[in-house]
Amino acid sequence: MNTAEFVALTLSPLLISVLSAVTCALPGNFLVLRRQALIGDAISHVVLPGIVAAFLVTGVVSAWPMLIGAAGAAVVAVVLIEAVRRLGRIEPGAAMGVVFTAMFAAGVLALEQSDTSSVHLDVEHALYGNLESLIWLDATGWSSLWDPVALAGLPPELGRIAAVCLGVAAFTLIFWRPLKISTFDEGFARTLGIPTATLGIALVVVSAVAAVAAFDAVGSIIVIAMFICPPAAARLMTDRLEMQIAWSVGFAILSAVLGFILAGYGPLWLGGSNAVSAAGMIATVSGLVLALAAVFGPCRTRSGASAQG
Amino acid sequence: MLLDALTLQLGYNATLVAIGAALLGVAAGVTGTFLFLRKRALVSDAISHATLPGVGLAFILMVLLGGDGRWLPGLLAGSALTALLGLWLVQWLSRATRLGEDAAIGAVLSVFFGFGIVLLTVIQTIPAGRAAGLESFLLGSTAGMLYSDAVVIAVGGLITLGLVILLRRPMILVAFDPGFAETTGIDTRRTDLLMMTLVLAVTVVGLKIVGLILIVALLIIPPVTARFWSDRSDHVVMIAGGLGGMAGYVGAAISATAPDLPTGPIIVLVAFAGFAASLMLSPGRGVLSSFLRHRRFQAAVHMRQGLLALAQEQPIYEPLTLRLLRRAGLVRADGVPTDGGRARAAKALRDERRWTVLRSMEAHEVAASLYDGLREIETVLTPDQVAEIDRRIGLPKGVKP
Amino acid sequence: MNLTLASADGARLGPEMAALAHSPLAIRGLTVSYGEKPAVFSVDMTVTAGAMTAIIGPNGAGKSTLLKAALGIVKPLSGSVTVFGKPLAEARGRIAYVPQRASVDWDFPTRVIDVVTMGLYRELGLLGRIGAAHKARAMAALERVDMDGFATRQIGQLSGGQQQRVFLARALAQGADLYLLDEPFAGVDAATEKAIIAVLKTLRDEGRTVVAVHHDLSTVRDYFERVVLMNVRKIAEGPVDEAFVPEYLQEAYGGRLATAQIDQLSLAGA
Repeated sequence: MNTAEFVALTLSPLLISVLSAVTCALPGNFLVLRRQALIGDAISHVVLPGIVAAFLVTGVVSAWPMLIGAAGAAVVAVVLIEAVRRLGRIEPGAAMGVVFTAMFAAGVLALEQSDTSSVHLDVEHALYGNLESLIWLDATGWSSLWDPVALAGLPPELGRIAAVCLGVAAFTLIFWRPLKISTFDEGFARTLGIPTATLGIALVVVSAVAAVAAFDAVGSIIVIAMFICPPAAARLMTDRLEMQIAWSVGFAILSAVLGFILAGYGPLWLGGSNAVSAAGMIATVSGLVLALAAVFGPCRTRSGASAQG
Repeated sequence: MLLDALTLQLGYNATLVAIGAALLGVAAGVTGTFLFLRKRALVSDAISHATLPGVGLAFILMVLLGGDGRWLPGLLAGSALTALLGLWLVQWLSRATRLGEDAAIGAVLSVFFGFGIVLLTVIQTIPAGRAAGLESFLLGSTAGMLYSDAVVIAVGGLITLGLVILLRRPMILVAFDPGFAETTGIDTRRTDLLMMTLVLAVTVVGLKIVGLILIVALLIIPPVTARFWSDRSDHVVMIAGGLGGMAGYVGAAISATAPDLPTGPIIVLVAFAGFAASLMLSPGRGVLSSFLRHRRFQAAVHMRQGLLALAQEQPIYEPLTLRLLRRAGLVRADGVPTDGGRARAAKALRDERRWTVLRSMEAHEVAASLYDGLREIETVLTPDQVAEIDRRIGLPKGVKP
Repeated sequence: MNLTLASADGARLGPEMAALAHSPLAIRGLTVSYGEKPAVFSVDMTVTAGAMTAIIGPNGAGKSTLLKAALGIVKPLSGSVTVFGKPLAEARGRIAYVPQRASVDWDFPTRVIDVVTMGLYRELGLLGRIGAAHKARAMAALERVDMDGFATRQIGQLSGGQQQRVFLARALAQGADLYLLDEPFAGVDAATEKAIIAVLKTLRDEGRTVVAVHHDLSTVRDYFERVVLMNVRKIAEGPVDEAFVPEYLQEAYGGRLATAQIDQLSLAGA
């Protein structure tokens, strides 16, 4: 493969997968620490109904309504989960299971029933993404990076995920202290005047927006791997939150790059001729990273004194 | 058309599928109840997603051996193997590392699913795989199903249900009271393993009908719905089984009436409709009754506090308290108590004194522990006992009669 | 929340009202319920400034719930809370809180010094830089509880007593006038218990107010000047000699406390 082919066919999907992985890993750190990893599961499942609802309301497939639709669906899901949990006195896992499966089923049904076959929306893309199609056909080489005409031909998904990645990073940075305090000790955080409930919802909304932006590339289920695997592996490497975030970003980038390369070139090395799903391979690599961390990570086991001690 | 489907007149396949779905629904509802009572509902989500690579691997293996990759029993056996591996990994991750079970579930379900997708794309590149149709395992599809597949599903549903009925005793014991179950000689770990095996069986049988993404709904929604209708666990098990069976049957029937009604989502939505109705209307835990009860309870608290304040001639600031007292005709618009109000206030204060005396009487410790500020003392004591307390109130403090 | 008490015209306040306006923590008609059974019913309580007060009562008496409602951590069904005569939201900077040690996950990836620095949040805000002065204050707080040697330790490596000291250090870093502690002596070693009570008494001597949920009846007389005795509702409130007496103890604990035990407790200080 020459440079021109690399820039045109590989650069853009590679950047998108790296940015997606980082965007999801950042809020994922807090979800894992709050024992809310499965909120990531729930959110990613309701992205689909959110997007379908946005499509049914607006009648077009366009980015912003979908982003809002998905974030709205995530909030609706979280509110419903809380309602089921409190009113029915049902444990959170079961409450989640009821809500997100029902919303996902409704999304699939609506998708099958509505006339979306003509547009870029189908169940399989929704499930495992379409990373390979996000190429930059206008590029002729590295020089295209300075060519405004060629740049205009970049897939819009790249700009979107870059913007969302910046937004998520800004959220994490600005609300670092309250996020950390309320994750560690919610009651104490409240006595400091930190609006912990609002902050919790904000974290869910940010995760939902991250999930939607990554959805284009990797679909709604592999997104869960990006929320959970890099932060979980990072947790096993260090005992400081600041370092954990850094490790998780590193693992996210590693999984994305390695997964993407393996998906594209792995089959060729093995004598095959066709690439395999890049999104699936990224999830697989992130799982292998987690497995290695679980076996060799320096901080893999729980620390000594228990809270009851 | 729907009536035809419900009365099993849409042909052999549809009938077999509907019966299979109903059997599967009963088995899932009952099994799911144990899972739910053990607070491990979402472990099933990891199990079900972990079936996908098994399906892919089984297909590849069967093709390599020169057979038809689509042979359903083979695919199901493969899915069971990787699901078992996924289940073991969830338990290992949450036991051997500091990660919680939630992170372990999420990691396993997404990574296995991702790897499954990789395998599906591999399968698409081999000649025999182009029309494999393995995607139907994602969301369930009974359209165009082979007769033999329908038989496998119906028989699988029957076997699963049989297993559930056979194993229900120890599982009920462990789910309700693990500590007690241990004392009766039941091995909790083994029973948990059995429960997970049943979950696995339900998942595998349900793959073709409901699909691996939504099968977890069949394990979770019926038990949660049943919980709204009974506090007795053995009843919850039966109600959940009934609801699951109904959802499976009705959902499969509706789905058979039109080509673009995917079976899995329809079954889940039928089950969810039952859940939503229960959430709103159940007399014990429903939204409506909870709301009314909370309002009544809050009013009772304010009323009581208001009466005590009146009796002790303290000012009342809470607007809700004043409004309630006024509406009951116990105070006038200017906040001055009416005669009726004075009488009720005096009674409230005397009851408080009675409770105070009751608490210091060792003989009535159980009765005294029922105090919550609202309970009428007459509901825990006989009139004679109340009279006895009144006699003591008459005595000066500190003097022991 | 009832604001009448705080905003009422000072000139018209009776003596009782004036006491409320100056009390570090005044609670009126507070009822809290989880579900449909009140955990705390219609409690009035006026904390005396510059004293150490114990909230005591049997298990499930609503002591912690009372504290949490006073801090706005749980939402009361009715009642009002004023802190130094002001509504809670305006007085947060003057309160420090030490939660039950078991209420957090000590496996959290952070160091001792980071936990203590959390106490400075109200000054630092979202993005304020942690300067040398802040660091010095956090270290000083750690020194007061004899934990300065552990500043860079991962919190999961601490013993129960050390965890409790870190929580106290975080409260000290808050530099508050009112300290609310939830079972500070639960499950700690004897040396830690001594160290904590010494710090609390110093706080009292500096004119600050200390309120602690406490369950060890045998140390009440040694540690505290005032008690609030409760069991869902308040049973007695006042100086130890007046409120910590057999009659009220019997009422609070019922048969759970043998008469001989009660006599012993109340005689201990007499």
